[in-house]
Amino acid sequence: MASRTFPSPVPDPDTEAFWQAAKDGTLMIGSCRNCGEKHYYPRSVCPHCGSGDVTLVASSGTGEIYSWSVLRRADPPYAIAYVTLDDGPTMMTNIVDCDLDTLAIGQRVELVFSPTEDEDGPPVPTFRPAAP
Amino acid sequence: MSINGKAYVAGVYEHPTRRAVDKSLAQLHAESALGALADAGLGKDDIDGYFCAGDAPGLGALSMADYLGLRLRHIDTTECGGSSYILHVGHAAEAIALGKCSVALITLAGRPRAEGMATGTAPRNYGSTSPDVAFEFPFGPTVVNMYAMCANRHMYEYGTTSEQLAWIKVAASHHAQHNPDAVLKNVVTVEEVVNSPMISDPLHRLDCCVISDGGGAIIVTSPEVARSLDRPLVRVRGAGEAPKHQMGGTIDLTYSGARWSGATAFEEAGVKPADMKYVSIYDSFTITVLMQLEDLGFCEKGQGGRLVSDGNLISGVGALPFNTDGGGLCNNHPANRGGLTKVVEAVRQLRGEAHPAVQVANCDLALAHGTGGSLGTRHGAATVILERE
Ligand SMILES: [Zn+2]
Repeated sequence: MASRTFPSPVPDPDTEAFWQAAKDGTLMIGSCRNCGEKHYYPRSVCPHCGSGDVTLVASSGTGEIYSWSVLRRADPPYAIAYVTLDDGPTMMTNIVDCDLDTLAIGQRVELVFSPTEDEDGPPVPTFRPAAP
Repeated sequence: MSINGKAYVAGVYEHPTRRAVDKSLAQLHAESALGALADAGLGKDDIDGYFCAGDAPGLGALSMADYLGLRLRHIDTTECGGSSYILHVGHAAEAIALGKCSVALITLAGRPRAEGMATGTAPRNYGSTSPDVAFEFPFGPTVVNMYAMCANRHMYEYGTTSEQLAWIKVAASHHAQHNPDAVLKNVVTVEEVVNSPMISDPLHRLDCCVISDGGGAIIVTSPEVARSLDRPLVRVRGAGEAPKHQMGGTIDLTYSGARWSGATAFEEAGVKPADMKYVSIYDSFTITVLMQLEDLGFCEKGQGGRLVSDGNLISGVGALPFNTDGGGLCNNHPANRGGLTKVVEAVRQLRGEAHPAVQVANCDLALAHGTGGSLGTRHGAATVILERE
């Protein structure tokens, strides 16, 4: 089955460390030293308490599908999803390496980075059904 | 302090074009403005406040003030996607209440059809400086698959069905058959909706709104100006606005910002959902209507499927007549933004100027609600409550 080509994200000063970690194979999430809450996408300010004392921490890369939809009109069709990480935050992603007709809310998934179209572009965090 | 009773909607206009290959964007805004002025019985030089959003050409209010030759003492270019124009009605009432202007013009126009835009199924990149883009755009978010994820989650949590969603399109189509300008004038059945091609699970082709060119305009005035005109008096009773977003990664796709904008508007107006005789509800997709009706308080959360079923939204049939022009689902979705036309049809209903086949009897209290942006990521919600005096 053909898979879609992922446009390359463009890192900025706010997100450079996140994308460098992605190149190294780790999904990072935002973490606040003030209130202890996690957030996604990572940013310079905690969206929960407003503190600027934020850092990145590694995610376990496991979670479950919060919601999904297969865009049947795309060529090739692809599955967009929100995945709720076991670490807390819910993030937008694609479900890859899967049967597009058997996706379900609550389904267990695991992180797999997908390469992007620019040769030096960072990979993006996607998910596939978890090994049983 | 409240805007209740401080301003009136004196003029409305919906541009009749649905495909504007022969008109420029500025021209569509201008023709809409002139249409609303004529409806109110006012002239261009009466305008002293102008409101527009991201669909306006060039430098927005500056370009359109130049094109139309406006002399202004108040400008508001608040951009909240397709909800902007409902929010502008509230802002215009605020400005009028404070004496900042007395005749406010709001315009909208766009030509996505003429420009061949893949409105619903192509990812839109709002620019690399938007902080969410790198974390979302690579995954192909489109208008339809984001709303589809809302529908999927709503079905999961509340047991909402495709048949229930289909009733919303059915109701809109019953209204659109009487609108000669509507893009889709044929009455459809629940079976036809659920058997139409799947676009993005669980939304079918007929769960989606139309793509159209067009425009519209609204004139909001002070009470003194409104009373000097030869038009039915439509008073602004309350308004509310709120953004909703991903909340740092705790996004809940089953409700919209209508929960907040509606509560604010009802409180200001001093009325309840049950008091509404007619509602205009933004309808990019069937699920949009269902979620907003729940969030505005027309039923308990999760009961929207029952609320919209069995023709309950059809004028003359059900208890909650909605979008009697056919709405975005059948009539018109100019600039891919549905907010302005929602106010236009509410005003027609309050004046008794809707099509006789869909006119609600004794329609003295109506609501218009809009969503701009995407329910699946971040959006603006805006509610206005209007009353015929
Ligand atoms: Zn914090």
